[in-house]
Amino acid sequence: MEASAAATAGQRELHGSGIIAAVKASGIEYILALPDITTSSGLLAPIAKDAAFKLIRVCKEDECVGIASGLSYADKRSLILIQHTGFLDSINAIRGIAVEYAQPICMMVGLLQHDPETTPRQSPRYGVRIVEPILDDMGIAHHYLSADADVGKIKPGIDKAYAESKPVAFLIGRRPKAS
Amino acid sequence: MMKREECFRILARHVKDEAVVATYSSAVDWVDLGPRVMNYTSIGAMGLDSSHGLGLALGRPDKRVIVLQGDGSLLMNLGSLVTIAAVAPKNLIHLVVQNDTYEANGSQPIPNAKIDFASMARASGYAVCYDFSDLKIFEQQVGHVLEQEGPVFATLHVTPTKPLKYDYPSLYDPEKRKAFKAQWRS
Repeated sequence: MEASAAATAGQRELHGSGIIAAVKASGIEYILALPDITTSSGLLAPIAKDAAFKLIRVCKEDECVGIASGLSYADKRSLILIQHTGFLDSINAIRGIAVEYAQPICMMVGLLQHDPETTPRQSPRYGVRIVEPILDDMGIAHHYLSADADVGKIKPGIDKAYAESKPVAFLIGRRPKAS
Repeated sequence: MMKREECFRILARHVKDEAVVATYSSAVDWVDLGPRVMNYTSIGAMGLDSSHGLGLALGRPDKRVIVLQGDGSLLMNLGSLVTIAAVAPKNLIHLVVQNDTYEANGSQPIPNAKIDFASMARASGYAVCYDFSDLKIFEQQVGHVLEQEGPVFATLHVTPTKPLKYDYPSLYDPEKRKAFKAQWRS
């Protein structure tokens, strides 16, 4: 493969191993998750086999917000791994706990059926299109991850969330590869 | 049926340094018993009391956590019974205060007062489950309940004692959250 072609391919690939390494480097101990097809095989499946993490599977996404808040009082770091539909369903919990109580709630949100060649705001899917404007209106920092080059946003984002006791969201726009 | 205030007075005699997660009407009656740093009354969204309790229990497995959750609140987060039972924190005591109403929202009835929360918790996999509606029996057994290896579940069937004054700014005071965190980390 020529260099330019390889670079283009690199911009169109997102590897779960890179995301997981960044999450570990961020000091995340607990993963609070409800399966999402975007991240199921590339992130949740390897995380479930990784002894470095304590995985808690929940029945409904807003549970994660309460659990993460409780953990934060003992300085335990956690990452919520959910689908954007679960994010939308959890807005009141995120509003109350993450924003109004200023808690370090870290979310990694799979954008279901998003076209990674477009931005979330340009998505043909209404549910995806409204995610970033909602985060902006709530004043929640967010980062879009669709290529390996974006993985570098994870550790600074999580460290800042805990340093400032504020929420952060990472939007996963492409299915991470399981390798 | 027990009066909630009397029930809580008995409970308070057995509570030492545990974190007590309480919300809405239960929180008002609980904090009326006296100031206490280890009260955690900032939940942020109705129903999540049990999930906050799970997070606290996991964060400090060397300490014990008591959740005082209303029946309407648990109905909003029934899945947390399954999650808590699967995680099985030994230091979590989950008490559901059942008055069959959304008392803080005008005392409207819950959808079905026949619901048996203790049976649901047992079926979900809680280690031990109780159901109390007699104050004398609760008084006799509460010490034992709090010493059990968790997750422990108990339904407390209560009636309100008096009209409540909901002082939300005090319950949600950020300074109280800071004080709680300082002591919980120590």
